[in-house]
Amino acid sequence: MIDNRRKNSDPAAVQVLLTILVLLFYFSFIFLPLALVFSQAFQKGWEIYLEAVRDPFTIEAVKLTLLTAAIVVPLNAVFGVTAAWAITKFNFRGKSTLKTLLDLPFAVSPVIAGLIFVLLAGSRTPLGSWLGEQGIKIIFSTPGIVIATLFVTFPFVARELIPLMESQGCEEEEAAITLGARGWHVFWKITLPNIRWGLLYGMILCTARSIGEFGAVSVVSGHIRGQTNTIPLQVEILYSEYNFTASFAVASLLVFLSLIIVLIKGLIEKKFRKNSIQLQ
Amino acid sequence: MGIELLNITKKFAAYTALDNISLSVASGDLVALLGPSGCGKTTLLRIIAGLDLPDSGKIILENRDTTWLPPREKNVGFVFQHYALFRRMNVFENVAFGLKVLARDKRPAKSEIKDRVEHLLKLVQMDWAMKRYPSQLSGGQRQRVALARALAVNPRVLLLDEPFSALDAKVRQELRRWLRKLHDEIHVTSIFVTHDQEEALELADRIVVINKGRIEQQGTPQEVYDHPANAFVYNFLGNVNVFHGRIRNGWVILGEQHHVEAPDELKNLEEKDGKAFVRPYEIGISRIQSNGSDLLGTITDVRLLGGQIGLELECDGFNTPIEAEISRELFRNLELGRGEKVFVTLNKVKVFTGDYEI
Repeated sequence: MIDNRRKNSDPAAVQVLLTILVLLFYFSFIFLPLALVFSQAFQKGWEIYLEAVRDPFTIEAVKLTLLTAAIVVPLNAVFGVTAAWAITKFNFRGKSTLKTLLDLPFAVSPVIAGLIFVLLAGSRTPLGSWLGEQGIKIIFSTPGIVIATLFVTFPFVARELIPLMESQGCEEEEAAITLGARGWHVFWKITLPNIRWGLLYGMILCTARSIGEFGAVSVVSGHIRGQTNTIPLQVEILYSEYNFTASFAVASLLVFLSLIIVLIKGLIEKKFRKNSIQLQ
Repeated sequence: MGIELLNITKKFAAYTALDNISLSVASGDLVALLGPSGCGKTTLLRIIAGLDLPDSGKIILENRDTTWLPPREKNVGFVFQHYALFRRMNVFENVAFGLKVLARDKRPAKSEIKDRVEHLLKLVQMDWAMKRYPSQLSGGQRQRVALARALAVNPRVLLLDEPFSALDAKVRQELRRWLRKLHDEIHVTSIFVTHDQEEALELADRIVVINKGRIEQQGTPQEVYDHPANAFVYNFLGNVNVFHGRIRNGWVILGEQHHVEAPDELKNLEEKDGKAFVRPYEIGISRIQSNGSDLLGTITDVRLLGGQIGLELECDGFNTPIEAEISRELFRNLELGRGEKVFVTLNKVKVFTGDYEI
């Protein structure tokens, strides 16, 4: 046994080198930037940090970011489950096209994605001016931010669920149907319980991305302070005004949010793995 | 009539899975759909259950046309090859599912559901595992739970899709006998799909042999085995030696010059190509020549087949080896072994011509 293991592992020098490379990577690309964010944020002391964080515009930005995530994530969860359900449980013409389209938001640059909505619903376009007459503003306002974020984060849930549901097959659903269950019942009692961890995992990725999204939101938001600024946009504005301390203080909020999400993701992954092992 | 299928046809793109199949199953019978993989037998079962739709034809269950009913209204029990138990539910919940999803006015009271589930689990000898999850059970145990689950809704018809093929040989045999006994107790009209001829012969009241989307033959196991309708059925129902031969003036000529008397039905044929089949256990092996038609052969391989010995023989005038099965006793008495010369007699030769069926 021991001999076998020896034979299959790399020489000590390679092991050490690879380990150092990985550590170096973590240090320079994750630890250093994080340390920099916090050192800059606290450079002028707690008081200034708290002041920057308590700034009304910052609070509005946090509120808008959380509101956007709160709207986007449930919607995309519904879209993602619907798409994955359709793709994995049914056969229909155009299935592979639909599958490809699901990945489109990943392929398109977020800035372009934002621009699409400006060109579609901006105040000078027919749709935009008609909506304006009805008193609805999409671009340079919250709906635009929500729509752009929806688009950018659309694939996460479906991409997480499709391989999972494909591997699970349809037999349980078929069994439920022959036992007399209706479609709705089959979904709630059979399909959803089987995908719940994958769904949660997809929603977390979706949340992380919607909180951090910059490009698409930047194009549609119009950067109106206290109204259409999300946290990433607020960071950028403060930074471009040379207000580094405040900028990094707000950035640290984003870091905290990310850390919480990573933590939850870790917990779910652990649970997910335990579950799938148990189910084997 | 328990199940009546009328002219069922099903095509997938250019491929015809079922070609005008008509079939009747008497109430309370246990019928095997037997055929090689890809012959359409599973498709037929899924169509009866409503999981697939036929392109044309009718399905009548217990005198009710159910062709276009959705599966949940057909009231059939379906047992899947890979069990398809609900992995998030324990054994009790699995079996109770079909009762719990009934419309409120038809749903039994909780205590009734409990009694019924417990009764069924006792019937399949799984009542000790009520709180277990499917992942904690062996394949055989899972399939018994799946059967209890299918029976819970009092199905008019029970359909089993290769129910034992995912199990190992020993469990498979046990479960087979057990299912036969269970069926004798509850008498629900049942169809099971299998590619295992032994399983079909042992378990079924009637066998329906299917090939390439068509029914080749149907009958009791005895009928089908002893009087196969054609070469395919004969070939599929057990190991067999196949010889290409010619029928001429009342004789069948196999190999270069081995003559076997032709069956009566073929006596009048002047000359025709045919195929001759001999089961390995119908081949006689001897040290002494008993009559003129015996072949001289050399044993090229000896195999242990459980209680029997399998021989591979090379015979003069035949270009393919002949497989024979003899008892261990004979093998010992004749002091046989590889390289030994023996006389070979072909008994009970079945001859089929392309367009003639025995």
